[in-house]
Amino acid sequence: MIARAAGIAAVIALLSAPLVATPYQLTLLLPAFAYGIALLGLNLLFGTTGLLSFGHALFVALGAYTAAWLTTRAGVLSLEVIVLAAAGVAAVVAVPVGLLCVRYVKIYFGMLTLAFGMLFYSFLYKFYALTGGDEGIRVLRPTVLGLPFAGLDKVEFLTGPFYYYVLALLAVAALVMRRIVRSPFGLSLRAIRENADKAAFVGVRVRRYRFYAFVIAAVFGGVGGALLAVPTGLADPLLAYWTHSGNLVFMLLLGGFHHFLGPIVGAIVFIFLQDTVMSLTSYWRFVFGGLLAVVVIFFPGGLLGLLPSERTA
Amino acid sequence: MTALLEAVDVRKCYGTFTALDGVTLAIPAGQFVSIVGPNGAGKTTLVNVLTGLLAPSGGTVRFKGQDVSGVGPVRLAQLGMARAFQLVNVFPGLTVGETIAVAVVARLGRGARLFGSLAGDREVWDAVASVAELFGLGASLGRPARTLPQGDKKLLDVASAFALQPEVILLDEPTSGVSTADKHRVMEVLVQAAARMGVKSIIQVEHDMDIVFGYSDRIVALHQGRVLADGPPASLQANDEVMATVVGRARA
Repeated sequence: MIARAAGIAAVIALLSAPLVATPYQLTLLLPAFAYGIALLGLNLLFGTTGLLSFGHALFVALGAYTAAWLTTRAGVLSLEVIVLAAAGVAAVVAVPVGLLCVRYVKIYFGMLTLAFGMLFYSFLYKFYALTGGDEGIRVLRPTVLGLPFAGLDKVEFLTGPFYYYVLALLAVAALVMRRIVRSPFGLSLRAIRENADKAAFVGVRVRRYRFYAFVIAAVFGGVGGALLAVPTGLADPLLAYWTHSGNLVFMLLLGGFHHFLGPIVGAIVFIFLQDTVMSLTSYWRFVFGGLLAVVVIFFPGGLLGLLPSERTA
Repeated sequence: MTALLEAVDVRKCYGTFTALDGVTLAIPAGQFVSIVGPNGAGKTTLVNVLTGLLAPSGGTVRFKGQDVSGVGPVRLAQLGMARAFQLVNVFPGLTVGETIAVAVVARLGRGARLFGSLAGDREVWDAVASVAELFGLGASLGRPARTLPQGDKKLLDVASAFALQPEVILLDEPTSGVSTADKHRVMEVLVQAAARMGVKSIIQVEHDMDIVFGYSDRIVALHQGRVLADGPPASLQANDEVMATVVGRARA
């Protein structure tokens, strides 16, 4: 009951934020929502299936570059097309990468995903003609539901129609993911996480389902990446860099990977915390390193792990 | 009578070590078979080969007439052979009901249903409830598996294998790690459940001779990778040499 009330209050707060929050706070919520979508995918792999990917930024970057390439090079400005294309590109890349990665588990899986992320980073950096090299590619302002909102300046656009668009997509992503986690497939993934050998002996197609989870995670990553790139207006190679994958894992640990909403809470808290700490000290990485250590040692369940509830991811 | 499960001249070598040296075995429907033998006789290797986990170095394994050498556990589960392990092997974080549901979902071929509602799937939960009832776990469906007492964990492990509605079930030391007092309860439940669910054959690897002689229709004694003796309990008990080698004690 309390959880439901808190959830409703959170939804109302997010819906009414544009009326009460400053534009600056709203522009911080945008990447938090985008990360929330990407992390819902990452947590299907980690929280639900038990595979820790250190290369999820690969798919976030793919989504961002899809948005950049479509708006700047192909003249496609429809955000709906961009989001669908980002999902499609992420899925297409996830098929070969996933087929290779899910042959391994634990640290080997993690290292392989890291390797693919680094490969893509190098590709973005070196193939200047296609990717813009270290400068990246600009992401132009998209149209939302076919409307250009030409009368709004950049901040008004981002904190108005775009804000609600991303919030709506986050809600859809969360509902879809909830459905997946609670499906027979979701149960099979949890069985794989708990004991893959036993799962195989009761007929669970372990490697195949890990592969499906990998591709689904990638699609969420791609969609999150496309939405992430719109407010910053840029897709650059650092999006695929391993530290970015590390940040994604950090957000997940911070929010709590045992909990279905951990990814979203983690993304929001991380973004606001990062902004606050960066404004106070240039040694923000030092502070975050210490914070990560504290979370892992003292609060392994993350922020939502502090709630007295059953695991829901 | 045609054999349900059949091993023909099965060999398995690990480097220069020969674990199985030409084992031929035919198990028809309706038998409770115990595989016995001293440590290193090849019991576990034989079970691993029979369940398709290991590919034999030579010979064939047929299940219902199909060659299943090294096909792997998932395919074998689909064909109708289930296995439970020596060590208690559950999904610690899942509830009792969910643990059984994993197998039911796999049997019904619904594991890839991404958007179906599991909670609303009556067929799955009815099957879960009936299996749980057979194993006396009906009252603990909502309990996390890791919180069960050891004997019940063992039963849950076996129950999830039974939920596949297999024709043959292989049990690796079903009573190991279970207290002496609980041993016979576990076996009784297991044998009754097998009868109720239409399991045609049970094959077990077992050290406990009370259990072996108390429940088996047939005993296969392995020694150094070969079948030393194969017959009903009475015929083995009559053979002092076999009893000494395999059981480690002469007939009383």
